[in-house]
Amino acid sequence: MLGSGIIKGMVETARNFVGSYIDPARLTTVEYPEERLLPKENARQFPFLLHDGLDPDAGLRCVACQICEKECPPQCILIVKDPVKKPDALGKMQFQPKVFNIDISVCMSCQICVEVCPFDAIKMDTEFELARTDRFGGLLLTKRELTKSNTHFQKIHPIDAAIVDGRLAADKAKAEAKARAAANAAASTPPQNS
Amino acid sequence: MMEGLREFCGMIWKVLSDQPDPKAAFLPLVPEAWRVEVSALLSVLPILMVFPALFALTTVLERKGLGRIQNRPGPNRVGPAGFLQFAADGIKTLTKEDVVPRAADRVLHFIAPLALVVPVFLTFSVLPFGRNLVPLNLDAGLLFFFAVGASTELAIFMAGWASRNKYSLLGALRGIAQMVSYEIPLILSTLSVVMVAGTMSLPAIVDAQAAGSGDLLSRWHVFTPWGFAGFLLFLVAACAEANRAPFDLPEGESEIIAGYYLEYSGFKFALFFLGEYLGLFAACGLGITLFLGGWHAPFRFMEAWVPSYLWFFAKLAGLVAVFIWVRGTLPRVRMDQLMNLAWKFMLPLALINLFAAALWHFLGSTPAGWAITTGLLVVSYWSLGRILMPPGRIGRRVYRYAGEGPA
Repeated sequence: MLGSGIIKGMVETARNFVGSYIDPARLTTVEYPEERLLPKENARQFPFLLHDGLDPDAGLRCVACQICEKECPPQCILIVKDPVKKPDALGKMQFQPKVFNIDISVCMSCQICVEVCPFDAIKMDTEFELARTDRFGGLLLTKRELTKSNTHFQKIHPIDAAIVDGRLAADKAKAEAKARAAANAAASTPPQNS
Repeated sequence: MMEGLREFCGMIWKVLSDQPDPKAAFLPLVPEAWRVEVSALLSVLPILMVFPALFALTTVLERKGLGRIQNRPGPNRVGPAGFLQFAADGIKTLTKEDVVPRAADRVLHFIAPLALVVPVFLTFSVLPFGRNLVPLNLDAGLLFFFAVGASTELAIFMAGWASRNKYSLLGALRGIAQMVSYEIPLILSTLSVVMVAGTMSLPAIVDAQAAGSGDLLSRWHVFTPWGFAGFLLFLVAACAEANRAPFDLPEGESEIIAGYYLEYSGFKFALFFLGEYLGLFAACGLGITLFLGGWHAPFRFMEAWVPSYLWFFAKLAGLVAVFIWVRGTLPRVRMDQLMNLAWKFMLPLALINLFAAALWHFLGSTPAGWAITTGLLVVSYWSLGRILMPPGRIGRRVYRYAGEGPA
């Protein structure tokens, strides 16, 4: 009969109306500032710089090779090389950035800088609450603000971090083996002119 | 001065405690020359204060209710449980820039929102809100209500025309077509009440629904077959008159953005919004007066305890809740469905309902009267639904492309 569909629909909405008060599980909305969804493994916002150990300056992986700066499509990275070198994780002397700025008002979160970095020094962060009162200075992140510890990376992207850490450990082991072999060779070879 | 204040408080107490003629004690204190103006002001001010306040509350409750229907919590940020949302919205609309299109007719564009709100407020003047609480007791109150209420159509067309925007004009034309179409079933459904009650005065119609000395139950018109049918027709037509979902075609966002008030911003937009809700309240108030016994309690013994105006406002809240519920349930109808419903279903049914009311007038509340009028209405409802509004055959949609030629 005409109108029976309307009655059926009204019963359905009434059931949802009452049900939302009785059964809180029906409310699918996450009340954001108080409640949060669990972070997603593959989420990405803006890049950050990684450092090993506790000291963000000494442990910084970036060697100021400027590949990311050149590859960045919107050109939002600015790197100034520091003439003073510092030892990297393998003990080799490397350059370091004096200035490393990312303008996140320009950054388009494409992750190309992460793809091109040969040193696993730049990764994508999941921090999204980046509202600032100053839209020029506030959104220009400096080296100090960008540098975060490797444990942070392990926390936000556990799978990626495990792969990267494994690779770095293998490299380090290889380098150490090589150094040991070189040292052994130096020790076993008799001095020629003495 | 103190004397006047005490009298004023006494007057308010008389209103609150449901006593007859609350203004009589106060008016002699006022100088002779001002009495008419002061009396009018005392009648008008409560309407100007109560109904906009009710509008503010309704906007919040409506959003919360719609949210719950969709399993969301609704607005819950501003104030306790979000109930101050209306204040935030009000401040926002007041402080927004008032944009008038360069091509618009500035005068008409300015007048249109006022021309919508003023007649809507005027319609409240004939509604009996409680025992002895009717601002204007006209002999033809119903006629006044419809005459004034119909002039809102003019305001809608003014807004659409003055904006000089194709979407505004389309929305206004839709609004006019819809409101003119639904005015006919609306008025015909109320005519059945006028026929049975034998008067067009709204307080008299309320009195006609009062419980007799021997009755336990009130004689609300909705408890009769013709009254029930008339009430349903009235509700549907009032929904269309108030441009509410599912009849909100004049503001169909998907096709015409916001309809006739597309080019309005800031406070003028808020006035349109206010006008629509006040129109809804007025229509609900008329429905209560005509079919739901006005300010009468459902049972006679309850009238001694609870003031009459509380019954009126409780019924008003109930009806508004029904409209919100309908809005949360039904999707917007199509233009042809809208017109079909008005002309092919509601108009014939309203005419048959008039006939049923006439039969009831002669047969009275006898078993024969009940059987004949109920049978007539049910049969005509069913057959009108089958014959004039056949269920549409929904099949697979066939797409025809330009190169294929006519099908």
